[in-house]
Amino acid sequence: MSDFSRRTFVKSLGAAAMLPAAIAAPALTVAASAGAATATAAPDTPFYLFFNAEEVAFMEAACERLIPADENGPGALQAWVPNYFDKQLGGGWGAGERLYRSGPWQEGTPTQGYQLPFTPAELFRTAIRAINAEFSAQDKAFNALDADAQDAYLKTLQAGGKDLGGVPAGVFFELLLKMTVEGYFADPVYGGNKDMLAWRMIGFPGAYANYYEAIDAHGVAFVREPMSLAEDGHGHMHPANIPASL
Amino acid sequence: MTQVMKAADVVIIGVGMVGSIIAKELAAAGYKVVGLERGEPRFTVPDFQGPGVHDELRFDVRKALMQDNTREAVTFRNQVAQTALPIRRWESFLPGTGLGGSQVHWNGQTYRFQAQDFAMASHVRERYGKDFLDPDLRVQDWGVIYADLEPHYDRFEYLLGTGGKAGNLKGKIQPGGDPFESPRSREYPTRPMKEHYSGAMFRKAANSLGYHPFPQPSSNLSEPYTNPEGLKLNTCVFCGFCERFACEHYAKAVPQTFILPVLMKNPNFELRTGAQVQRINLDSSKTKATGVTYIDAAGREFEQPAALVITCSFALNNVRMLLLSGVGKPYDPASGTGVVGRNYAYQTMSTVASFFDKDVIVNPFMASGASGTLINDFAGENFDHSKLGFIGGSFIGAVNTNGRPINYHPVPPGTQAWGKGWKKAVADHYNHTVMFSIHGSSMAQKQNYLDLDPTYKDAWGQPLLRMTFDFPKNDLAMAEYVTGKGVEIGKAMGAKQVVGTPRKGPYTITQYQTTHNTGGTVMGDDPSTSVVNRYLQVWDVPNVFVVGASNFPQNATWNPTDTIGALTYWAIDALKNKYLKNPGRLVSA
Repeated sequence: MSDFSRRTFVKSLGAAAMLPAAIAAPALTVAASAGAATATAAPDTPFYLFFNAEEVAFMEAACERLIPADENGPGALQAWVPNYFDKQLGGGWGAGERLYRSGPWQEGTPTQGYQLPFTPAELFRTAIRAINAEFSAQDKAFNALDADAQDAYLKTLQAGGKDLGGVPAGVFFELLLKMTVEGYFADPVYGGNKDMLAWRMIGFPGAYANYYEAIDAHGVAFVREPMSLAEDGHGHMHPANIPASL
Repeated sequence: MTQVMKAADVVIIGVGMVGSIIAKELAAAGYKVVGLERGEPRFTVPDFQGPGVHDELRFDVRKALMQDNTREAVTFRNQVAQTALPIRRWESFLPGTGLGGSQVHWNGQTYRFQAQDFAMASHVRERYGKDFLDPDLRVQDWGVIYADLEPHYDRFEYLLGTGGKAGNLKGKIQPGGDPFESPRSREYPTRPMKEHYSGAMFRKAANSLGYHPFPQPSSNLSEPYTNPEGLKLNTCVFCGFCERFACEHYAKAVPQTFILPVLMKNPNFELRTGAQVQRINLDSSKTKATGVTYIDAAGREFEQPAALVITCSFALNNVRMLLLSGVGKPYDPASGTGVVGRNYAYQTMSTVASFFDKDVIVNPFMASGASGTLINDFAGENFDHSKLGFIGGSFIGAVNTNGRPINYHPVPPGTQAWGKGWKKAVADHYNHTVMFSIHGSSMAQKQNYLDLDPTYKDAWGQPLLRMTFDFPKNDLAMAEYVTGKGVEIGKAMGAKQVVGTPRKGPYTITQYQTTHNTGGTVMGDDPSTSVVNRYLQVWDVPNVFVVGASNFPQNATWNPTDTIGALTYWAIDALKNKYLKNPGRLVSA
């Protein structure tokens, strides 16, 4: 099993990928150093800092099933959603930023929300380790299943009831799906939504921020290239065509 | 070792909207005022500037401007019989922190309550009879009437530059405004904001059904404005990053734009940030405050003596400050005695989604926080409840505040939660859906209250606030009824599918609803059912005043900020013209 197979597969098809990505390409052996050798060019695959190779294999396959590439727009892999996870889980958010972490710990009602001691990073590591162990015990790998089988397995996680090394499967699935949507639609500065593909799909203009003239042109499509935070070289926008006093 | 600071005339706990307005008035009147703010100092320039302020993930999803819940959370349970557990991530409500407080991230929706709201118990008794209310409800009068507050509403709205169209000027109904509102002494200081397409569709449909649509009163400015403090605000550009965000344009009325530049220049005022107040200190009689004890950002402890203590924090934190300090008797739901923490209420929020075909282009991302169009026909006491079995109501409005896609991607019910079906539905509906806000009242109920948690602590070792809350049956019945009216408006707009989602119980802290937490330090005429008198002075400790939404005996239909502002100027008037001239009880108990 190669964790690079899927990324390479996507790379070879580029943005035109229409096939379900979970149809496994022949396992290609690509030296990890190949990426480093071309480090001066814009990378066309993510460089993972947090996930190990086995975690990458699961995450890339799972995210692409949650948001698959099809005729409606980019899939999670094209949008680099797994890269978003990697940077979030490897940073402050993964370490429990903005999570009240004092015990005692006890199970609450659903209305009381998350009550586990795991940080997001610990939660993903623990759950993916359990999932990969479950497949290894059967000499299988989640990422080598066909799309239907992957979907069926994700539905068992979504249904809850399964224990993933102490992480309830439903809790894991919920955070996996929530963060997949985040990585798909967040500003590209966070590592996902590559080339603002998800914004283009729905017509969201991004950080661009002056609709004073357009707001009362009712029902008219607003056609404009989206703008990422990183691209806004203008600073704040308050141009002269509106009544302003400062 | 505690360092004792030079005594001040007044110490203010929390330099948000209320704290900065009171500090400005009292410092200008010659009193030495110390403002203690737990968060950081921050100003439009350089702190709120682009492009960084337009970051949905950081501010909207991760809630960067909110109270640091890793140090100071709230515990929650639905019922007394349950064990309260910490709200480990904010979702349902979002208290802010830092200079300017929660108002920095507000939406600017600026409504007055109606005359009946201030006399809710008497009004209901007179109109529907003494046995109409569910006996578990704890509805009561405020101890002030609308006419007391009208000049203070007016002053507050002129401070902010609120835009709108009056519907009732000195008793004369005005076309284009809200005909149900209580009389205004004059027109809004600025005109209404431009109307979004969703609002225009709503207006047409509401008119066709015989309702009375009007432009949402907005403190995101529709035109340049110079307020009575001499401060200039700009025109809002509808950037779509309003609630949960700070405004880079000087277009949203927040303390940084309407008062702080004046306050900060007054040498009678001293701001100390990073100051976490631990308690109000009382003398041995327990009827007089001597000042406050706080810990600074470096962990050093200070005592700030003061002749007058005013707590102006977010509603929940006002309640907690009194409980931590032993000011006022804590409420006990079993016996029904005590007052601090009593009458905690919220807001009952429902929605209606109207899904259109792709030829209707809504552009949800063009938005201010308060540029909607709405009706008050089913708000408050504007309709007859005698056959409905509940009191209270909701406004219904097309209040399009943003199209930020992580949190805003409406899909019809029955859509797959993920996969191809989800993605297609998102792509099909993102730009072709109109959402209504059904924004409803919340009645106090004897089982809903705030106290100190017996188990969980903050970073300074003090007990967290414990919230026990579920929706009263009265409010769920109200939500069901008014949401049905909203669905009819959606259908009249010609949507292909209209989905009403009335609020259901149990209350959950896992879903954002609103940051309109009210009650717990209720105002009133009776010390057995209120913490503060009609001037917001603590009955038991007359040199402590409490100002905020924690004063509301129950919550009315609308957003609370305008009423908090009116109460702020009302209290300032009592402080300047009564209390400070002759300190003592303003009302005999």
